[in-house]
Amino acid sequence: MDTAHRPVPPDDPYSQVQAGPEFGELRRSYRRFAFPLTVAFISWYLLYVLLSNYAGDFMASTVVGNINTAFVFGLLQFLTTFLIAWWYARHANARLDPRADLIRASLEASLANLDTDTGGGTFDAGTTTSTTKAAPESDAR
Amino acid sequence: MTGHATMTYLAESEASDHRTLILSLFSLFVVSTLAITVWAGRKSKSATDFYAGGRSFTGFQNGLAISGDYMSAASFLGIAGAIALYGYDGFLYSIGFLVAWLVALLLVAEPLRNSGRFTMADVLAFRLRQRPVRTAAGTSTIVVSIFYLLAQMVGAGTLVALLLGIDGEAARRLVIALVGLTMVVYVTIGGMKGTTWVQMIKAVLLISGTLLVTILVLNEFDWNVSTLLGAAADSSGHGDAFLEPGLRYGKDGTSKLDFISLGLALVLGTAGLPHILVRFYTVPTARAARTSVNWAIGIIGAFYLMTIALGFGAAAMVGPDRITESNPAGNTAAPLLAEAVGGGPDSTGGAILLAVISAVAFATILAVVAGLTLASSVSFAHDLWTNVIRKGKAGEKEELAVAKLAAVGIGAVAIVLGIFADRLNTAALVALAFAVAASANLPTMLYSLFWKRFTTQGALWSIYGGLTSSVLLVVFSPVVSGEEKSLFTGVDFAWFPLENPGLVSIPLGFLLGWIATLLSKEEPDVKKYAELEVRSLTGAGAH
Repeated sequence: MDTAHRPVPPDDPYSQVQAGPEFGELRRSYRRFAFPLTVAFISWYLLYVLLSNYAGDFMASTVVGNINTAFVFGLLQFLTTFLIAWWYARHANARLDPRADLIRASLEASLANLDTDTGGGTFDAGTTTSTTKAAPESDAR
Repeated sequence: MTGHATMTYLAESEASDHRTLILSLFSLFVVSTLAITVWAGRKSKSATDFYAGGRSFTGFQNGLAISGDYMSAASFLGIAGAIALYGYDGFLYSIGFLVAWLVALLLVAEPLRNSGRFTMADVLAFRLRQRPVRTAAGTSTIVVSIFYLLAQMVGAGTLVALLLGIDGEAARRLVIALVGLTMVVYVTIGGMKGTTWVQMIKAVLLISGTLLVTILVLNEFDWNVSTLLGAAADSSGHGDAFLEPGLRYGKDGTSKLDFISLGLALVLGTAGLPHILVRFYTVPTARAARTSVNWAIGIIGAFYLMTIALGFGAAAMVGPDRITESNPAGNTAAPLLAEAVGGGPDSTGGAILLAVISAVAFATILAVVAGLTLASSVSFAHDLWTNVIRKGKAGEKEELAVAKLAAVGIGAVAIVLGIFADRLNTAALVALAFAVAASANLPTMLYSLFWKRFTTQGALWSIYGGLTSSVLLVVFSPVVSGEEKSLFTGVDFAWFPLENPGLVSIPLGFLLGWIATLLSKEEPDVKKYAELEVRSLTGAGAH
């Protein structure tokens, strides 16, 4: 990943990656998914809270048997929560993880070239088991 | 919860007969979890072991442990009781507690796992000035934990005394002291590894117990939820209103605002609770953190769905009179329901189920207090001691020793407060902990992760502003004075009408962080933010 032509401190790999197009893609893909969805589910939840407060008659209307609108609305909150969780996991697995893995791999390679001070021990990739016990925990950053 | 004064039904009749059974089940849980704790403690050597369980848990294991950490006595006993007494309005708690997990999933869990090591403050200190933000974040972590801990301790004392039919102030204090002592043992010996196992076991027990009662309740009503709701409404004495919103919070405009305030605190508080945040560090990767939150959402969601059967079942089969007679706040609704579905007060089945569910309730309290003690002592040692007081010069051995000492100290504080604060209302304390977490912790964390321009001054205003405003508003609320059920009766210095401060303090926390950042002359550390952002999204260089 060569983004060194951009106007960033050449000695700082993180700034280079941050300014690069691959990371821009990853950030956009994450934010465009997570931010609107957060606004949406909080609004949906607040709508439910407000309806419970100020639309008593509507919430009390019968749907079937003893089950009223309020109860259905409550169950829908469960349903949407499960669905959003599943949807985000799917998005992250398909769109975010592969991009993140590529960027990390090339960044860690260039970091290893830059200095040999961490020895790579603190990087645990998704597939390896944790070996942080042996990692230099004391070098906070 | 002022149960010991009205310890009537349970104490006099069935509970005293079955005390031995409850006690043996409870002892079995304590002894086996202590054994696991000792085993985990022997394998626990480094700071990563003690603080983060060696980051060796799988997503599923951690999801289970998160559920065990999150589903407190307030969830299990409190919501079942609230639904049994107030019908639909009690169910609103279940929804808020669950939806809140999406904030953690979408915005917090993975970036936190990628960029921090042991505490929330790690993330803030990454790009802001280390000592002031660690002091602020450590303080708010400990304040939130103590409020939450206090709620559990007060609940434990009253409830255990109530369920075991032990009468008297001395016995209640003894129970609080024993709970406190056990949690300190879990934490100091087992560290995060031991505590995680305790929470996993507790989650399995809680889900199994709840599932069993749910199946028995639904079976009683021919697996027809509508029939169950109808029977609950009939038995509640409120008729159809029992199934509609408003029984608890619909009295007037103020109580409706209070409900919005509570709703906000619940949905935004979870992702700022320190004992939940530290759990994300116990897995090796951000991906595993995501998996664990997804498991937690599934498990917690299933549990809260079952509170419908527990609460409405208790209303239908036990009835509000017997529930309030046993405990005015409704906290014994779930155990009483277990007894009813087991065959009733005089049957062996009823006795066994009552004992099982009561033991599950104790296990629940113990696991949650252990999680809280661990989170706050880790923050004390890692943030306040090592990085602020010792300016980073403390070695790992010293920090671990301080963490263990802090656990003992926090345990002692919790025991003493729990003993003397028995008049405090458990639900109000839990909701306050959520409100403080949402006002002081969440804004700073989100700004730090996502806002390039954010500065140390913004973080400090946000944390201290959110913290003091939420705590002060509670001090001047009806929770503390002015009403019959207040902490202090006979005086009235309440001028803030809402019981939950969230509606004011949460927007204030966000606003202060924003304004103070715009006003500060400090240049944001662009390089550090680049590192934080790249790391939080890719996991490069993560511990």
